[in-house]
Amino acid sequence: MDLQIALLLGQDGIVNGAIYALLSLALVLVFAVTRVIFIPQGEFVAYGALTLASLQAGQAPGTLWLLLGLGVAVTAIDAPHAWRQGSRQLAGLVARQLVYPLVMIGLVFGAAGAAPKDWPLLLQVLLALAVVVPLGPQLYRVAFQPIAEAPVLILLIVAVALHLALVGLGLLFFGAEGSRTPAFSEAAFEVGGLTITGQSLWVVGASAVLIVALYIFFGRSLYGKALRATAINRSGARLMGISTTLAGKLTFLLAAAIGALSGILIAPITTIYYDTGFLVGLKGFVGAIIGGLVSYPVAAAGALLVGLLESFSSFYASAFKEVIVFTLIIPVLVWRSLTSRHVEEEE
Amino acid sequence: MRSLLAPGPILGVFLVLLVLGPQFLPEFHITLLNYIGLYALVALGLVLLTGVGGLTSFGQAAFVGLGAYATAWLTTATNLPAWMGLLANPWGGLVAGMVVTALVALLLGLLTLRLSGHYLPLGTIAWGISLYFLFGNLEFLGGHTGISGIPSLSLAGFELRDGRHYYYLIWLVLLMAVWLTRNLLDSRAGRSIRALKGGVVMAEAMGVDTGRAKLVIFVLAALFACLSGWLYAHLQRFVNPTPFGLHIGIEYLFMAVIGGAAHVWGALVGAAVITILKQWLQDLLPQLFGATGNFEVIAFGLLMIVVLHRARDGLWPWLARWVPEQKSALAGRLREAEPLPRRAVPSGGTRLLEVKDAVKQFGGLLANDRMNLAVSAGEILALIGPNGAGKSTLFNLITGVDPPTSGEVHFLGEAVAGLNSRTIARMGMSRTFQHVRLLAGMTVLENVALGAHMRGRHGVPVAMLHLERGEELRLLAEAARQCERVGLGMHLDDAAGSLPLGKQRIVEIARALAADPCLLLLDEPAAGLRFLEKQALAELLKQLRAEGMGVLLVEHDMEFVMDLADRVVVMEFGKKIAEGLPHEVQIDPAVIEAYLGGVE
Repeated sequence: MDLQIALLLGQDGIVNGAIYALLSLALVLVFAVTRVIFIPQGEFVAYGALTLASLQAGQAPGTLWLLLGLGVAVTAIDAPHAWRQGSRQLAGLVARQLVYPLVMIGLVFGAAGAAPKDWPLLLQVLLALAVVVPLGPQLYRVAFQPIAEAPVLILLIVAVALHLALVGLGLLFFGAEGSRTPAFSEAAFEVGGLTITGQSLWVVGASAVLIVALYIFFGRSLYGKALRATAINRSGARLMGISTTLAGKLTFLLAAAIGALSGILIAPITTIYYDTGFLVGLKGFVGAIIGGLVSYPVAAAGALLVGLLESFSSFYASAFKEVIVFTLIIPVLVWRSLTSRHVEEEE
Repeated sequence: MRSLLAPGPILGVFLVLLVLGPQFLPEFHITLLNYIGLYALVALGLVLLTGVGGLTSFGQAAFVGLGAYATAWLTTATNLPAWMGLLANPWGGLVAGMVVTALVALLLGLLTLRLSGHYLPLGTIAWGISLYFLFGNLEFLGGHTGISGIPSLSLAGFELRDGRHYYYLIWLVLLMAVWLTRNLLDSRAGRSIRALKGGVVMAEAMGVDTGRAKLVIFVLAALFACLSGWLYAHLQRFVNPTPFGLHIGIEYLFMAVIGGAAHVWGALVGAAVITILKQWLQDLLPQLFGATGNFEVIAFGLLMIVVLHRARDGLWPWLARWVPEQKSALAGRLREAEPLPRRAVPSGGTRLLEVKDAVKQFGGLLANDRMNLAVSAGEILALIGPNGAGKSTLFNLITGVDPPTSGEVHFLGEAVAGLNSRTIARMGMSRTFQHVRLLAGMTVLENVALGAHMRGRHGVPVAMLHLERGEELRLLAEAARQCERVGLGMHLDDAAGSLPLGKQRIVEIARALAADPCLLLLDEPAAGLRFLEKQALAELLKQLRAEGMGVLLVEHDMEFVMDLADRVVVMEFGKKIAEGLPHEVQIDPAVIEAYLGGVE
């Protein structure tokens, strides 16, 4: 291998690693706040990318119907409670869970004058996000909130079950063929004989901006602090008037947003299939586990390492690249188990 | 509820139907039953691992793959080295597959089992994916196309080519595995596995090597999966990586959970439900949606979520409530058992336990600050002090749950600080817990028998064949004796979780006594007891003292303590503030200040 190839692989690794880093942050966040190991994180990547691709192809993405379906389900579950709380609560619930999906459906079918296919890219991206991101809190409400106090293992099995259902739905919505979306920027720069595409700068830049934004959110904003408090001590946070339900929904909202945005960022670089998200998400996981599911900076660094390892092993032993990446997790787990002393919690 | 539905006849009818099945069922149903049998074998391993042991694996399909590929490769490869010639047949393939699987499981288990709860399933996801990609990318295993032309099995010269004949083999193997698993669970080794769910600290205090117990069920579950893979390869006579991927591994776990992960027969129910449902949905959904694909996963995912929300124990308990519980065959013979040998009792006054300058520091907090105390044979020492004084921390130092930061602990003249609690327990120290740690679903008798764990020796293989019935009878008889002694004689067959809290504390004492200790550590045994029960407990402790046992007692009930204890040690803020005879410490000004606040 010469320097040229090494630089190329390094660039590739950093671009993928940036995405894995974003996902690993989301995973750490979800685990810390809700104790859910969020296996379906990857499905949001695929949903985000494929929803955008559908909009650009002038089709109605299936996620639109999922948004409406879950909206109906959440309304059905929450309506009795909201009814007792008063008509304003009920109106809010209906607006969020029924009217909002209908508005989205209207937009997709051209209610704004032009079909989304003819919109500028930025608006298309925003619409795709507006369709996919609310699925996060909706899924939390339906799948996790009823068993929020269950043991981690039960939550994990539910997460795996949800992943399976979402992959199946992904196949139903988007079919077995993959999609690629046009790049955000066609620019390319020559630096010392190495070509850097505008899209990879977009990916790395957007990841960096998001990471900084998350840092500020958690450090400065009241909601961010509430989430951190919930992560540190659930019952303590509840005694301080922080709703763990709200914290759960907010976390899932962030996780869904990070996932969908990641998907939209990489869709111009790699072809995304309905089941691509799973492996992408799991690689974010390997990074998150390197961080012990607690440390954000270590998780991000671990995810970058995974990206680099993947791109270099795809050069040396391309057939075994998945084997290498996922086997990495085992020494990491062992290292984790040796460095962290496990003390059994009292009830 | 008395009914005709006794377990024996039901099992009999089931077996008769199973044997007669192929005579009148169409080919298609036989195939379905074959697959149910194969899947149930894997799910059975998960029952042991997940339902009983509390460990979760999403990677069982990879072990199935190891079993299938081992035999597929050995029976079809044309250029095997000469020394492997002996293995180039299905039986060689079985042996090789089992050995490879056991080694891989052992390695993965050693690496990942000591991780706390959720890391293990994550690890299984990772190696589940790794092995799947490995099968698909190794050239000698045929890559993604796989291996075809695997020979069919021959038993005593009879070739099992027909699915109807193979059916008998699959179900025979499955029923044997069920029998072995049931035997295992109903034994000393099985109790130590079931104890894993009660927490590592409790199991280790009873002398159970929990690391080993976890490894054993992990390897057993992998071997069941491997056996299923071997059967699959010779039934299908073709293998490729697809059925060994992570999604199938997840499906196996679903089978166990939906059937009822804590019950052996739940594996069969779960495998049947999922297999039949899958068959039906695979026909129905593509028509419904007008597209091809594995849409059944949507239904499985939703079904699983509903089951975990509404009926976490799965279908089996719901089916089983129509059938009365079957008592162990040994229950009627407890009285004829020969008593277990007892430990030599140290003579009265022998120094049993000595704690010297023990310090325990948690960060900046000194939980125990140069604590000293000693307990002799035939003596009851009470350790009292306000909440947060460091009494439970001291218990943990003595019993080996947590090593002291500095200082010494001597038990029977030997330094034990730093030893693990299992080793210390073996030397003759037994304890109860402040927060009761019983296995709620197990009977009182079984819970107490767990205490006698260290007095038996037979391991897993013997237990699976039930060749240890003599020893098991003696262990259960000892447990029954201890139950009688503490006044639980009428509750032997009750689930421990169904007793009131006070009685559960007494069960803990019986469990500790079943270990035949010379030193007994009791953490608030009288909490939650009624007056008469307290009196009975005091009588029991006096009797134990008369027999030469040393007792270290933490208790808040002062009347109970002062009537019973020979000496009292008072702690506050990690330090000993007083020691002496009960009536002395009662008038000690430092003690009065600690309990009632200063006198101005």
